[in-house]
Amino acid sequence: MKKKYSIFSLARNALSGHKEWPKMWRSPEPREFYDVIIIGGGGHGLGTAYYLAKEHGLKNIAVIEKGWLGGGNTGRNTTIIRSNYLWDDSAHLYEHSLKLWENLSSELNYNVMFSQRGVMNLAHNEHDIKEIKRRVSANNLNGIDSFWLSKEEIQKKVPIMNTDNLRYPVLGASYQPRGGVARHDAIAWGFAMRADEMGVDIIQNCEAHQIRIKNGTIEGVETSKGFLRANKIGVVASGHTGVLAESAGIRLPLQSKPLQALVSEPIKPIIDTVVMSSAVHAYVSQSDKGELVIGAGTDSYNSFTQRGGFNIIEDTIRAMVELYPVFGKMKMLRQWGGIVDICPDASPIISKCDIEGLFFNCGWGTGGFKATPGSANVFAHTIAKNEPHQINSAFNLDRFASGRLVDEHGAAAVAH
Amino acid sequence: MLIINCPYCGPRDQSEFSNGGEAHVKRPDGSKEIGDREWGEYVFIRANPKGLFYERWVHTHGCRKWFNCVRDTSTDEILATYKLDEKKPNLNNFKSVVKTPSGEPEVGSGNFTVEK
Repeated sequence: MKKKYSIFSLARNALSGHKEWPKMWRSPEPREFYDVIIIGGGGHGLGTAYYLAKEHGLKNIAVIEKGWLGGGNTGRNTTIIRSNYLWDDSAHLYEHSLKLWENLSSELNYNVMFSQRGVMNLAHNEHDIKEIKRRVSANNLNGIDSFWLSKEEIQKKVPIMNTDNLRYPVLGASYQPRGGVARHDAIAWGFAMRADEMGVDIIQNCEAHQIRIKNGTIEGVETSKGFLRANKIGVVASGHTGVLAESAGIRLPLQSKPLQALVSEPIKPIIDTVVMSSAVHAYVSQSDKGELVIGAGTDSYNSFTQRGGFNIIEDTIRAMVELYPVFGKMKMLRQWGGIVDICPDASPIISKCDIEGLFFNCGWGTGGFKATPGSANVFAHTIAKNEPHQINSAFNLDRFASGRLVDEHGAAAVAH
Repeated sequence: MLIINCPYCGPRDQSEFSNGGEAHVKRPDGSKEIGDREWGEYVFIRANPKGLFYERWVHTHGCRKWFNCVRDTSTDEILATYKLDEKKPNLNNFKSVVKTPSGEPEVGSGNFTVEK
């Protein structure tokens, strides 16, 4: 039965002390065989299962997750959503995603709290100005809302910003009004609930150990809950995708590193947009609870520790305090790391491979959250049809042999 | 933050070093004959294990020399550092703390360093 959320169900459940809300999804034991198994129960994986069931009519699908839903990078990012990427291929992919975000709450009938408060990317030197203006023009040619803000316009939008009295003064910015933030858990839970209603088995605490292959065709996956046979497997395990690929004897061009973020104590509304700066490496938005959500960088070395080096957050805090002196005396509440898988060209891989029935959706690096619905949508297409959607055809594995890279280091906001 | 034992200068703070990625990568022979795919693998693909990993560091703000290292990427524990002309240590000499390919070690990152 389709779960409905409305003002009436909220009132009814408030009267019963919120103890009678139905479970959002079942917790079935795995069956022996599935048409499609998705490894990784984050937003991208759950979304893939949702679109496979909804748009491609597949019924026998499982999502297996090592921990709990959305407990990986879906729950560890700074939830920034934008589509102002330089190259056509990326712009189409991220814009596809942004358009899905704009309708997602009503499609899922579940509030993903998508707040289009605008995203600003700061320029701190002559080169930044040229690069950002070029990106704005490229965005406009692709029909993406993006424009240049002068220093005075920035000061009007974000009065607390110190634009002049700092080592790298703020000289201008690009601005995408349709960008913003969303609720990270809600996207995982919304997709999970609606996928579950269509019969997708969501299996938590089920760790994939080894992908098994026979004569160049996928056989199934060895898990902590036994061997599961499958016709097709989609691996969407972010930082651990490379490890799982290795278990099938496939080497992917991925390097896994911790990416850190932190949040402050909650304060009254002070910043009503998202401000990013890749040059001094600090970006910030304010959550609905009032906490400042601050994004830091990746460590320079490969690591799977969901924690990261202290020097990285030190650098970010230094930049934050210089840009916003008013934050100088605030306390930080929490700090954490997520393991991101970075491709040599800072663009994702959404692709089939040499093994029949094995698909990868990985390499999102430091910016995968914004792409969640778009990535899931085209990955579902790729799995169902055995060939890429027009939008993700450039993001194949062959590009590392052909050399047709999609170099987005400039637009990735976080310098890798 | 890591404390890295430079084989030339001794233990120093990580902020003095830069990471150089996987160590012992060999450029394929006969680069005129090999195909795009094999060449692409050499250019773009590096090992990315969860667990024991051979890697390179350079003591940028110190002696500026390159050296190799064995580190456990699941805990960040540095197990050995050695000069470029020294033989690479056998990974069997070290205990792997990750039981399954993508499993978690019993103790999280940094705790080993604190214990010692």
